[in-house]
Amino acid sequence: MSRVTELLINGVKHSIDVDAGVSLLSVLRDDLDLTGSKYGCGEGQCGACTILLAGAPRRSCITPVGDAARKPITTIEGLEKDGQLHPVQQAFLDENVMQCGYCTSGMIMTTVGLLTVRPEPTDEEIAHYLEGHICRCGTYPRIIAAVRRAAKSMREVRS
Amino acid sequence: MKVFPLTNRPLIPSLDTRGIAATPVPPEEGRPQSELLSAALEPERYELNARPAYHFGIPRRDFFKVLGGGIAVFCFLDRSLAGQEAGRGGQSAGTTLPQDISAWLHVNENGEVTVFTGKVEVGQNIRTSLAQAVAEELRVSPGSIQLVMGDTDRVPFDMGTFGSRTTPTMSPQLRRAATAAREVLIGLAAEAWKVDPAKLTAADGAVTDSESRRTASYAELAKGRELAKAIPAEDPLTPAAQWKVMGKPLGKVTGREIVTGRHRYPSDIKLPEMLYGKVLRPPAFGATLSSLDSSQAQQMQSVTVVHDGNFVGVTAPDPRRAQEALTALSAEWKSTPAQTSSDDLFEYLKNHAQPGDEHNGHAAGSVEKGLSDAHLHLKQTYTVAYIAHAPLEPRAAVAEWKDGKLTVWTGTQRPFGVRGELVEAFRLPEDHVRVIMPDMGSGYGGKHSGEAAVEAARLAQAAHRPVKLVWTREEEFTWAYFRPAGVIVVSAGLSRDGVITAWEFHNYNSGAAAIGTLYNIPNQRIQFHSVDSPLRQGSYRSLAATANHFARESFMDELAHLAKMDPLEFRLKNLTDERFRAALKAAAEKFGWGQTKPQPGRGTAKDRTLRGFGIAGGFDKGGYVATCAEVAVDQATRQVHVVRIVVAFDCGAVVNPDGLRNQIEGANNMGLGGALFEAIQFANGRILNPHFAQYRVPRFSDAPAIEVVLIDRKDVPSSGAGETPIVGIAPAVGNAIFAATGKRLRALPMAPKGV
Repeated sequence: MSRVTELLINGVKHSIDVDAGVSLLSVLRDDLDLTGSKYGCGEGQCGACTILLAGAPRRSCITPVGDAARKPITTIEGLEKDGQLHPVQQAFLDENVMQCGYCTSGMIMTTVGLLTVRPEPTDEEIAHYLEGHICRCGTYPRIIAAVRRAAKSMREVRS
Repeated sequence: MKVFPLTNRPLIPSLDTRGIAATPVPPEEGRPQSELLSAALEPERYELNARPAYHFGIPRRDFFKVLGGGIAVFCFLDRSLAGQEAGRGGQSAGTTLPQDISAWLHVNENGEVTVFTGKVEVGQNIRTSLAQAVAEELRVSPGSIQLVMGDTDRVPFDMGTFGSRTTPTMSPQLRRAATAAREVLIGLAAEAWKVDPAKLTAADGAVTDSESRRTASYAELAKGRELAKAIPAEDPLTPAAQWKVMGKPLGKVTGREIVTGRHRYPSDIKLPEMLYGKVLRPPAFGATLSSLDSSQAQQMQSVTVVHDGNFVGVTAPDPRRAQEALTALSAEWKSTPAQTSSDDLFEYLKNHAQPGDEHNGHAAGSVEKGLSDAHLHLKQTYTVAYIAHAPLEPRAAVAEWKDGKLTVWTGTQRPFGVRGELVEAFRLPEDHVRVIMPDMGSGYGGKHSGEAAVEAARLAQAAHRPVKLVWTREEEFTWAYFRPAGVIVVSAGLSRDGVITAWEFHNYNSGAAAIGTLYNIPNQRIQFHSVDSPLRQGSYRSLAATANHFARESFMDELAHLAKMDPLEFRLKNLTDERFRAALKAAAEKFGWGQTKPQPGRGTAKDRTLRGFGIAGGFDKGGYVATCAEVAVDQATRQVHVVRIVVAFDCGAVVNPDGLRNQIEGANNMGLGGALFEAIQFANGRILNPHFAQYRVPRFSDAPAIEVVLIDRKDVPSSGAGETPIVGIAPAVGNAIFAATGKRLRALPMAPKGV
């Protein structure tokens, strides 16, 4: 199997040396100590591991690292810029979404992806887009409110 | 067995006098529930032969040597408040401080406040509301307070975080400690300024003399001091009506760490030189290892194979190689003969019940007479499946041995319980084991035990390096424990005018939490029957209160229809408990109960949706809940959708209104899973659906619109609130499905494949 020796994560090149078939999540967490992306199921069923690959949300647990080579990867650690939270992060704080918070980074990453392609989603679209994410604490209504809030604040920034 | 009563707990009196705890200690692993019921609040199981804790018996000067100078306030165990759940009873260690410390608080020479408690943060946001409590009394901002939680070397003994006990027990103690610290600071200022302390006020982290306009910050006052104080019981707490910090919404104090991914959950801990572990699981429960060929794995570079009795595990420098090594093992297992399966579960539970004894039951009046006096009779059987907690963070532990001392970072609701497991497993003195519990990815009652901690420690012991073990989702679904399944049989008699004359209630296996009824029934017989559970079972959010409320409140609905009465009116007719009545009325009013009618369909020929309303309510752990639900059932697909719910909740004085709303919303969304579709399927010692693809949990599309009504009783001490809001959802939804379809569903989950 071919090897992957470099990943571009949050704008920074990281040297690694792993089989191309290895789970991207494992490389992020175990090799590079980027633990903001979470293991929840390892089967792409819960969304806790979601990252952006070339801007699009991907389940890193079932993404072979080979698929991520030579593409920009964004993880939760890369959203904050110069101490300034991304509007989606800020919205999750402002809506007091979190209970245990374990699902949060995945939810945020998918939301960032959603708002890129669909800046003004309806509640139904938000729920549909996030359907692949599980929050066992059941904070779903607050997450939808946070997405709505983030969309609004990003819209305000644009205009 | 010594039983410590909990005097501030509103119990159903008739049950209390019979020795049934309304909030039994959540089961420990492998322990039948019946023992726990009789034990009420049993001291933690390893405590009795444990050595006294070293750290809390240290002399004052040592204490300050560790923490630096300043002001320390120790909370001594208030037995009337805390029972035996926090603090350590018994002999002192022969040092200057007694062992009965349940928490302590330190204001250092920079004026920084640190609170030490054995309670842990599992998503209930107690770190936030405890910070509010301390901030309220110490007159500082919540954000300036650091809470050290669940680190067994740094905090006082605590039985665990369960039973909604932190708010009613730990919070008042910490408030007293904060009050005492404030009084010490005021005293120091008064001494320095030679004024009457009564004339001084504390606010914003400083003491002020308004007459002379002098102000001294806590840092200035604590500088160069080494003052230790035990809290005086007489210090009054700030009444709820005067709260400035408590009673107000406050976001999660660690929120920024979470949204940036910086917070390290137990599974995120990484140590230098750390290896990764994997454990070989038997093919079925109860299987024993008959042979192991590990030669292939042992030849793999940097792999260690550990074989100790039935335990087989591997370590490797990365988790992929650990998995390869695990796969390379060749083991033969001897399985036990045929075991009960989910298909014959309820028959098994009914047929294998222990004879109920008086200790697990309650009787009043004469059920026979009540039934013979009755005009109408009804008897029904309800069942509850095993369900999984499925916390999104599975069990995880990092273990490190250093100089004969073991340190384990792990996710658990009982750090001291896990320390006890490690002490027992490795035959270590208690002070050689430290358990650290970073705020974890939830538990819901499912992480009372320390399996991953013990396994990681065994692997680390063999590998001579720190080892991390994270359970897979399949392991978590299989080798954790489940919410107990149960069978509940209820019968009752009604008078001509809808008064309940007799009530008989038998619960097989699921548990006795909230088994008693608040309805006024002169003749009743209530009995819990324990069963040797086919699956490993234990605590779950609200314990059996969910099952007992499902049966009781579904049955109440059936009785109301039998009596041809409105379900709300029928409940109120048989109920005098004011707080329960208030909750029912509040939910009904907000919901529009009786004002609006369910709209069948939307007026188009194509939309053949059946709609119905349901109501249910109850009481547990000091909280009163009432839930109204509107459901829509698609006539073509028979799928149920819960459209909206209203939940009214009274847990005394509200500490953090928004945090409370969040808990109520979350509990109801979570409860929808157990109500409608969650069930563990098993056969011959195997779990048949150990994946999220097979075990359906509530997702976005399942979540109804939720309205919450908080009944803020400032005149009543605060109860915990993470659990009780879950108990109303299943019966409310079931009753609504009946209203919509005429079909009565008496088995949880009610509609895994539709109605």
